Amino acid sequence: MKFISKYRRHKFATPVLLLIALSALGFTFSAATAAPNQSAATASARSTLIEEGKEIFLKGCSSCHGLNAEGAAIAPALIGVGAASVDFMVATGRMPMQDMSQQAMRKAPVYNEEEVAALAAYVASLAHGPRAYTNAEIKWERDGNTAEGGELFRNNCAMCHNFAGQGGALSQGKYAPTVMGVEARHIYEAMIIGPQAMPVFNDKIITPEEKLSIIKWIKSAESEPALGGAALGRVGPVTEGLLVWTLGLGLLIGIAVWLTAKAR
Amino acid sequence: MSKELEPLADPGLPEHVHRKADIDPIAAKRAERQVAVLFSLSAAGTLLFIYSFFFIKEDLFIFIPVMGDTNAQQLGIGLGIAFGLLFIGFGAVHWAKTLMPDQEVIAYRHTLRSEDSDRGEFIKAAKLGAEEAGLGRRPLIKRSLFAALGLAGIPAVVMLRDLGPLPGNSLNETSWKTGTKLVTDPGDRPIKASDLEVGGVAQVMPELAPGKKRTLEDIAKDAVLLVRLRPIDFQLDAERLSWTHEGIIAFSKICSHMGCAVALYEQTTKHLLCPCHQSTFDVTRAAKVIFGPSARPLPQLAITVDADGYLIAKQPFTEAVGPSFWERKS
Repeated sequence: MKFISKYRRHKFATPVLLLIALSALGFTFSAATAAPNQSAATASARSTLIEEGKEIFLKGCSSCHGLNAEGAAIAPALIGVGAASVDFMVATGRMPMQDMSQQAMRKAPVYNEEEVAALAAYVASLAHGPRAYTNAEIKWERDGNTAEGGELFRNNCAMCHNFAGQGGALSQGKYAPTVMGVEARHIYEAMIIGPQAMPVFNDKIITPEEKLSIIKWIKSAESEPALGGAALGRVGPVTEGLLVWTLGLGLLIGIAVWLTAKAR
Repeated sequence: MSKELEPLADPGLPEHVHRKADIDPIAAKRAERQVAVLFSLSAAGTLLFIYSFFFIKEDLFIFIPVMGDTNAQQLGIGLGIAFGLLFIGFGAVHWAKTLMPDQEVIAYRHTLRSEDSDRGEFIKAAKLGAEEAGLGRRPLIKRSLFAALGLAGIPAVVMLRDLGPLPGNSLNETSWKTGTKLVTDPGDRPIKASDLEVGGVAQVMPELAPGKKRTLEDIAKDAVLLVRLRPIDFQLDAERLSWTHEGIIAFSKICSHMGCAVALYEQTTKHLLCPCHQSTFDVTRAAKVIFGPSARPLPQLAITVDADGYLIAKQPFTEAVGPSFWERKS
C-alpha cells in the first residue's frame, strides 16, 4: 500500500478519487435500475411520438378534422378510426386532400414515414381502432395462394377495381383506384378499414390468410407482362374499341379515298 | 329574248387528261421505282415476320413510346404480316393507277331483255332436256325424287328442337329455401351476424348439401350480397324491416335489368351500382332504383339467425331474381 500513501497528498488525488467514486455510483445505479429505466425510455418515446403526432395534427389536419379530431361538417371524426386509417390515408398521399371533391386521390405523400407514424400514434391514442401494419408483417409471398387470391379478387374486388385490378368508375365522380403498385400493407389496411366509398372486408368475411392470397394475386397481376403486345390500359373493350373506331376506321377511310382518287 | 325553253346542248365528254407518267418518261420511271419500293417493303415485312417468329425471344419486352412496354416478338409478327400483305396491295394499286393503260371506255346503256330468238332457243333447250330426262314417262323416279327432296328439308326444322326445352318454372326458383344457411363465396363458411361489421359487405351463396356441387346455373341465380348498415339508416316498411337482422340486409346480386352482378357498394352513399349500365339502387330503401335503366328494385332476401347465431334465409325469394322474361309473374 506504499503506492496509496505515496500519492495521498498529491494535488490530483481529490479529483481522481471523486471521479472514481462518482463513476462507481453511477454504474451501480444504472445497472440496478436498467430494466425499469428502458421501459420508461420507450414509454417516454411513445408519448413523445404522440406529442409529435399531435403537433403535426394541429398544424396540418385540425382545420378540417377539428382541434380534438372530433370532426366537422366537412370532415369526419377521427376518434376510433385507428392507426390503420391514418397509415392508409396519409402514407398514400390521399390525406391531406388535394381539393374538396368527391374523393381523395392518391398522390405523392405530404408527410414522411416518421411523421405518418407519429400521426398514427396520436390518432390511435384517442380511442381503440385497427392498428397499422408494416410491409414486413404482411407475408404474402410466403402465405398467399395466387389461384385462391384470384377467385377471391374476382368475387369481392373485381366489380369495382376491374378484373385486372386497374380500377374503375363509380357513381357521381367517385372511382375505385387501381390496385397496381400499391404497397402490400396499404392493400391489407384498406380491406380492414374500408376507406372512403369502399366497404369493409373484416377478418371474418375475408380471413387474414385470404387477404394475403388477394395481395399475392394482385402482385402477380402487377408483374404479368403484356404478352399480346400493347395492353391498352387493360380495361377491356373501351380502349380497344376507341382505338379501332378512330385509328382503324380512319386508316380504312384514308385508303378508300386514295383508291378512288384519280391518278395525276 | 324568246320565252321558249332552249334545251341545253349536249356538252359531250370532257377531254381526256393524260397522266404525268403517260407523257413524261422520267415520271413513268419514277412511278415504276415507287411501285418497286412498295413491293420491296412488302418483302421486308414478310422477312420481319419470319425473323420475329424464329429469332426474337418470346419474353423480350421493349419500350415503345405511347404504347409502353411491348412484347417485341408479337409486335414484329404483327407488323411483319401487316406490312407483308398491305404493301402488296398498295404496290398493285399504285401500279394500276400510274402505269397501266389509261383508256376511257364508254359503255352505253341498253335494254336488259334478251333478243326474242335467244329466248325461243332457251325454251326449246329446256323442253328438250325435260323430254330426254323422261320424268313424265317414269313416275317412280319422279315420286321418289320428290320424297327425297321433301325429307332433305326436315333436319333444318328438327334442329329447332335444340332451342328448348322450355325453362318451366326454373326462372322463378332459386336454391334459397327457408332455413338455408348463408355461406361466404368463395370459402363456404357460415356467417354469424357479428362477423359482419357496419359498413362491411359479404358475397354469399346458399349452403350446399354435403357432396353436392354448385352448377353455373345455380350460381347465376343464387348470388346474394350482404350489407351491414346502422339500423337507424334504414327507411323500410315494417315487413321489409323484419326481413333484415340487426342492420344486415340481403339482396340478390343479379341485376333486375340485364343480369350483371351488382356488387359495387359505396359505403359513403349506401348505393349499389351495376357496372354494366349504371343502374343505381339505394340500399337504405330496399334497393329502390334511383338511377339507370333497371325497372325493378333488386329482390330482397329475408334473413334471420338460427339457434347457433348463424345467418339463415327466413324464406325463399318472394319474386324471380334477375332480368325480365315473358312469363315473369311480378
